[in-house]
Amino acid sequence: MRRRSGPIALVAATAALALLPLLRPPAFYESFLYLTFLWIALATSWNILSGYSGYFSFGHGAFYGAGVYTTAALAARFEVPFVWTLPAAGLVAALLGFAVGAVVFRVRRLRGELFALLTLAVTFVLATVVLNTPIDGGPGVFLSGVAVPKVYGTTASTIYLFGLGAAAAAVAAAWAVQHSRLGLALFAISDDEDAAQVMGVPAYRAKLAALCISCFLAGVAGGIHALFVTYVTVAETFSITVPLFVILMSVVGGARHWLGPTLGAVFITALTYAFVGGEWAVPGRAVIGLILILVILFLPHGAMGFAARRAHRRPPRLVAASAGANPRRLAVGSGPRDAVLLRCNDVHLTFRGVRALAGVNLDVRAGEILGLVGPNGSGKSTLVNTISGYYRPDTGRILLGQTDLAATAAHRIAHLGVARTFQIPRPFPRLTVLDNVAVAALFGGGRLDWVAAQREARYWLDFVGLAKHALAPPLELNLHQRKFLELARALASVPQLVLLDEVLSGLTPAEVTNALALIREINARGATIVFIEHNMRAVLALTHRLVVLNHGQVIAEGAPHSVVRQPAVVTAYLGTAHA
Amino acid sequence: MPSATLLAQSLLSGIFIGGLYGLMGLGLSLFWRYLRLINLAHFALAFLAAYLTYQFVGVLGWHPVVAIIAIVPAFFVIGAAIQALFLRFAISEFASLLVTFGMTVIVESLIQWYWTADFRRLELGHDGGSLRVGPLFVPVTEALLLVVTTVVCAATWAWLHFTYAGKALRASAEDRDIAAAFGVDHRRLALVLAGACVAYAALAGAFFALIFTLTPAQIFAWMGVIFAVVILGGLGNPLGVLAAGLAIGVSEALTMAVTAPTWAPLVSFSLLILVLVLRPSRL
Repeated sequence: MRRRSGPIALVAATAALALLPLLRPPAFYESFLYLTFLWIALATSWNILSGYSGYFSFGHGAFYGAGVYTTAALAARFEVPFVWTLPAAGLVAALLGFAVGAVVFRVRRLRGELFALLTLAVTFVLATVVLNTPIDGGPGVFLSGVAVPKVYGTTASTIYLFGLGAAAAAVAAAWAVQHSRLGLALFAISDDEDAAQVMGVPAYRAKLAALCISCFLAGVAGGIHALFVTYVTVAETFSITVPLFVILMSVVGGARHWLGPTLGAVFITALTYAFVGGEWAVPGRAVIGLILILVILFLPHGAMGFAARRAHRRPPRLVAASAGANPRRLAVGSGPRDAVLLRCNDVHLTFRGVRALAGVNLDVRAGEILGLVGPNGSGKSTLVNTISGYYRPDTGRILLGQTDLAATAAHRIAHLGVARTFQIPRPFPRLTVLDNVAVAALFGGGRLDWVAAQREARYWLDFVGLAKHALAPPLELNLHQRKFLELARALASVPQLVLLDEVLSGLTPAEVTNALALIREINARGATIVFIEHNMRAVLALTHRLVVLNHGQVIAEGAPHSVVRQPAVVTAYLGTAHA
Repeated sequence: MPSATLLAQSLLSGIFIGGLYGLMGLGLSLFWRYLRLINLAHFALAFLAAYLTYQFVGVLGWHPVVAIIAIVPAFFVIGAAIQALFLRFAISEFASLLVTFGMTVIVESLIQWYWTADFRRLELGHDGGSLRVGPLFVPVTEALLLVVTTVVCAATWAWLHFTYAGKALRASAEDRDIAAAFGVDHRRLALVLAGACVAYAALAGAFFALIFTLTPAQIFAWMGVIFAVVILGGLGNPLGVLAAGLAIGVSEALTMAVTAPTWAPLVSFSLLILVLVLRPSRL
């Protein structure tokens, strides 16, 4: 039900505000409310990319400015009717955002602060171009002659309504994104982008889509504002004010909630209006700077984040375990048992001269539990990272059916039904335990829809015994529970191949027994398992076949009990006897 | 196409402005590399120092050298205080960007409140003047600035590479915890380095006041160019910062001479975007 109350409140508030001009309020109120709407639209649009995904853009002024100048140029120079310039303003801004994003997001591991500086630079470049070309040329553009349709009889009311529309559209978009696959993808990216990709989240497309939505809304808001100010200049449009204010408003209000920027925008706009004009304008700016500092230091999650944390302190609701009567079968496309499922063919990977993988040749057969052992530094985890697409091998092929995983992006590997756990658990710290698993169900091999993914996530949480922690943040879990959360995430993606990277390390003997039973159960339901482990007793008890890795090469493989007696294996583990 | 003399003169002014870029960028670069914090307030503090220089020299009539001797140590203390705040709150690299943005806004409104948004220009009675070398004019203050920048960058480089403190800082930047385990007191080093970085900003600001006209809005105008210099130069490399400053200064000056002055920002920002996209590993 909570999911309905947001949109209903939004529609009701918009309808009430739309009727306000009928009361003929003083012009002052209309312009104050219009400015509030503008900032709600700008801050909320910024938040859709930057707040949700954690990629803070300092370049929102560029996208807003693209909208301002599109409307100014079309309406003032080419006399296009004002209403038609708005979609154009949005499209131009979205195209600019697409061009920037398509280049920037391709750069692997471009960190957040670099993205911030880069978008700031884009603003300056755009400002220089606009200033030096006939788009502006220097003197600014007048829109005073532009004809405006008169709703309620005055131009001011029309602009007020356009502003309201833009704000409502932005907030509605933010709500819709937050409650969609895209929103969960962006939250996961914000918490741990690499882990998200391994779970099948198409990070590049998600960021690009969010950036385009964000830019479109900012462009439309810019177009409306061009009409409001009637005289646009490069210095005003591309000033630092827009990026500063949108960041401030979102951070104050709470950047991970659709309503956060709205709260922040209302608060900050009212504050600046109180200081506007006269002798208080300058100290007022200092107060805003001070608020930004204090909020970052003492309230880093914003007002909405603070409220959400308080709400979370309540005891968690018990989740009805939705375990079905018949056990779920895994293995989306499992072929006949014992056929080769995955084949590593002469896989090489070098890190600055360290040969981590030196020609690994390895078959994983459908339906088996393959043990992968070797001394520390022998390349086991590197091999898992390479199969799951985190690293790309220098040479060699990794064939899953006909697909070469060596040339496949990490999220597509997940779509093919390859799931993994991390040796050191990497949950998304700011998503609930349930959503952590739902991400894998939504984006992994199963590609389930929203409702089915929630059901699937609850099923696997129950399976690993974490159902009562479903609504807790993962930081409240202990190591044993976090390892099982990793397992639940891998299972919820409906995998045909599960790579388990030292799931037993750090567990007590009782927990190990518990985990081994779970792994056997997973295998019995049809999933093939690659089991990396140092605990030899567990390996011998569990695996059907054993592969030993040393110095990045396979030195032995075969039945577990015979492999561990081979001299090469003993030497690798214990060294050569010199006595 | 402009004449050879004009080109040579703009090349020279590009070198001089490049020296200022280098001195402005040095503190930012060291702060970023060795403390893993982005100090946006660097620019605001440099301009605060510039306005103070204007106040001491232009209004109170002090000698510029006296003003610099008074201002630079004071800014060392400010820098150390900022770092103490960051340590106290265990600020992340990203949060530092937002906090120092807030500081920038505060300092900027402080400047605007006390000195107003009007242009301020130091009218020096004993103007540094220019030397005439062949057909070219060499302004003395700018030449002095270039010498100071070169000396400061070289000395900082030597400090980082040949002293215990410098080596400890570089070790800390690689892995703070491991360095601490080997007895490096990161906290004290961080306070000293932060102080030095802001002192460099103050020195750059003082020269800025001696050479240019001041307005508060310039704080933001300088950010882009200096970030371009810092990133092009390679973080934490004093000699790289100097070289990048000169390269951008010269290319801007030549752009201005060949096309219109308003096109100049395009050079540095395009370079910045290219480096960020093509060589993100430089950071």
